[in-house]
Amino acid sequence: MTTTVNTNSLGDAETTPKDDPLEIAGGATAKYVDQRLGSNRFLGRNLGKVFPDHWSFMLGEIALYSFIVVLLTGTYLTLFYKPSMVEVLYDGSYVPLKGVMMSEAYASTLDISFEVRGGLLIRQMHHWSALIFVAAIAVHMFRVFFTGAFRKPREFNWIVGVALTALALGAGFTGYSLPDDLLSGTGLQIIRGILQSIPLVGTWAAFLVFGGEFPGTDIISRLYAAHILLIPGIILALITVHLMMVWTQKHTQFPGPGRTNDNVVGYPLLPVYMAKAGGFFFIVFGIIALIGGLVTVNPIWIFGPYTPDQVSAGTQPDWYIGWLDGALRLMPNIETVLFGFTISWNVLVPSVIIPGILFTGLALYPFLEAWATGDKREHNLLDRPRNAPVRTGIGVMAIVFYGILWIGGGNDIVATTFNMSINAISWTLRVLLIVAPPLAFIITKRICLGLQRKDRDKLLHGYESGRVLRLPHGEFIEVHQPLNYKELAVIQGKEDIAVLPAPEKADADGVKNKLYPIHNLQHKLSSFFLRDNVQKPSKAEIEAGQAHVAHTSELEAPLHDYEELDQDPVGHGGVLHHPGMAMTNQEQIDQRH
Amino acid sequence: MTEIDHTHEGHDDAHAPGSEVATKVGYSPVADIPHKPRVTDTDPKAARRAERQVAGMFTLSMIFVIAFVVAYVAIDKNAYVYIPVLGDVGASNVVLGFTFGAAVFLIGAGAIQWAKKLMPDVEVVQQRHDMASDKSDEEAAAANYERGKDESGFARYKIIRRSLLGAMALFPIPIIVVLRDLWITPPGENPAEILSTTPWEDGVMIIPDVGDQTGLSPETSRGIRPEDLPVGGLVSALPVDIGVIQEEEHNLNARGKASIILVRMDPSEIRSQQGEGWDYNGIVAFSKICTHVGCPIALYEQRTHHLLCPCHQSTFDLADSGDVVFGPAARRMPQLPIGVNAEGYLVAKAPFAEPVGPSFWERDRT
Repeated sequence: MTTTVNTNSLGDAETTPKDDPLEIAGGATAKYVDQRLGSNRFLGRNLGKVFPDHWSFMLGEIALYSFIVVLLTGTYLTLFYKPSMVEVLYDGSYVPLKGVMMSEAYASTLDISFEVRGGLLIRQMHHWSALIFVAAIAVHMFRVFFTGAFRKPREFNWIVGVALTALALGAGFTGYSLPDDLLSGTGLQIIRGILQSIPLVGTWAAFLVFGGEFPGTDIISRLYAAHILLIPGIILALITVHLMMVWTQKHTQFPGPGRTNDNVVGYPLLPVYMAKAGGFFFIVFGIIALIGGLVTVNPIWIFGPYTPDQVSAGTQPDWYIGWLDGALRLMPNIETVLFGFTISWNVLVPSVIIPGILFTGLALYPFLEAWATGDKREHNLLDRPRNAPVRTGIGVMAIVFYGILWIGGGNDIVATTFNMSINAISWTLRVLLIVAPPLAFIITKRICLGLQRKDRDKLLHGYESGRVLRLPHGEFIEVHQPLNYKELAVIQGKEDIAVLPAPEKADADGVKNKLYPIHNLQHKLSSFFLRDNVQKPSKAEIEAGQAHVAHTSELEAPLHDYEELDQDPVGHGGVLHHPGMAMTNQEQIDQRH
Repeated sequence: MTEIDHTHEGHDDAHAPGSEVATKVGYSPVADIPHKPRVTDTDPKAARRAERQVAGMFTLSMIFVIAFVVAYVAIDKNAYVYIPVLGDVGASNVVLGFTFGAAVFLIGAGAIQWAKKLMPDVEVVQQRHDMASDKSDEEAAAANYERGKDESGFARYKIIRRSLLGAMALFPIPIIVVLRDLWITPPGENPAEILSTTPWEDGVMIIPDVGDQTGLSPETSRGIRPEDLPVGGLVSALPVDIGVIQEEEHNLNARGKASIILVRMDPSEIRSQQGEGWDYNGIVAFSKICTHVGCPIALYEQRTHHLLCPCHQSTFDLADSGDVVFGPAARRMPQLPIGVNAEGYLVAKAPFAEPVGPSFWERDRT
């Protein structure tokens, strides 16, 4: 351990910190600021703050960094974009649209793309980083969900995360609509239809949002206010809260050597984590700039200006709205008239009720699971997904449900690409939407339990080395090897939680348990969550198992040596010359004893 | 190896368990993880090589920034360049994106290379603390709360408490009320009625949709003669006064609901219509605005007379009253009764009998 060396200043070993002018200036600045803000108290505690390392912890970072890029590029775009629906005659350098009437919003977006040098780059970077922002949030959320990082004490942060997800969708959609091109305008038209489907207040809501009938002349400037001020303001505030909570509660970590529920193992903020995270920001920024320069996104000049009586075939929203569009497409055409009032279930269910249920369920999940399993402990060690089979199953079930809706959002693309009947695709997806999620749950749970059994097996019998040996009496065996310290620690990190005991209907004195139905439900849920889990062997069993494996694998060690020698390029271990080769296995064993 | 160790004693100490520095920085190394030194830890040459790599990336980044500025000035904004895979692309955009992206990326790559090769790669351990506060803090908080409650008299002054709660509940109301004028309602109008009316009336001439008609007067607009439309043909059309309406209203609202399609089929193919004789010699007129969520529809399959919405694939049979044959739309496409005027041009014979476009709550009451 202590052989570790820091070599970053090999070259200037002769300069001591005291002579370094930079060091002196830095010290003076720190002192100056500290006397006014007491900053050293914070720095002393936090510059060495330890962050655990895992590739999946970078997903949230990608979301954060792409949001910073969105803010930077978006600010630039506001300098040129005009949120106005006044009709103007286009006279720019994009020839196909010369002399066409269009809104000022659309015309200014064309100008950003064709007249402002670097304007298209910034516009495309803005769009790409927004797409990456939402994608990173989604994958980050999967990571948090499947590893159980939302458990106590991090439930609040999960809710903040769910709110951020919803806001990111809102930010994306409002921004997507601003160029006022034919594609995004069609999206707004759909929003109008959705608003109108809301019972009782829908018609008025649509008129208030659009300032009258669709499309009106107000919606672009209103979306603009929401897109550049309201939504990003709230996102920024919530991101701050999100990060402060991570900071205060310290990051979760995967089980591994030396890692417990009460510590954090990783790299200190200064310098390693700061260099890695700071460097990663520039990597994300750089990749977005490269994509923005090389890959066209949302070529609004091809779509043309918006007019409510035109549309193009094969219309597709940005990827993150696809699932909602798919829900609209797959929903059967049910509409009822009750007491003369119209309720459009065909619009209300897919665009209001289903997203409402999904987001509410998502926000409440940590509390539901904690209640169902009766687990009130703090969790700083992450679950491996296999060790929480029901949770993993629920998550995969939700992803499959989402995925089918998402494919539904592109059913016309599927139909034209593969030359299939759109009706058949839609019906297949409708059936799959009901059938596939439960199947996914069952299959995922089975896979998780299988992996748990495999883990138990590894703890008791080591891992299969793939080497088959023939024993002297003719039996063939596969040699098992003891686990290395890392894998041993990871597998042993599994926690076993007991199923909640069944409640009594009445106590010994015959007093009725009034909460019996609730407690019984909790008992049943906890059993559903936990009963199939494979128990981890006891510490003694594991030690005995590993020691046994170590012993047997050692017995065959000469052969193992020979294999290594055989691979030796120098060649002083030829097959025939190896002493182990001349002996039978029995002889080897005898020799050892 | 040992030589290198001692050139940097301060740092080494930070990783020694129990040392004074370790306590100061607040963490200690993990005792039971074997650590394998990297090449850069053991070989000074490798370390210097890594140092040069990092510095090289930072230098290259600077060069790319200069290249960016040169490209910004030098490349014509309308120049195109052919790049394999990408095709013909704007030269300025590609070069600016590439140079800027590379400059930024290299800063990140350099920093990470620095961290991976030259900064310590030994994991350290820090203790966590319970999130819950100490007993004493909890008591202090409770005592302070009690003190505040007593001093303010919040518990004692019942009337103050209740009236305060009332005031707090009511004060946001103005904030909501002022949102009412998000739509400045013209006197005597309401949304349901507006949604239920279109410019179509008896005798309004039908003109083909040839793009923006703002300001176009009805006198200069050319109508459609039945013989202009072949069997199997489809025309997007508008009311003759659409240009005037758009100029008066300064918006595209009328266009959003007046837009229709005309389709001509063999009269014998028409199985049913929404009204007796609403066609003219096999020419039928339907709203173009989908009854699902309002997309304009124009994907017409001539042989089946099916009209497909490109947004959500609702399919309507125009030979059969515009009924829904597939998809999420619940209602048929409203039909417009048409005939010809004295000059032989196609005209509407009556307004739409039902509201066009997506459903709304009051729809069946109007």
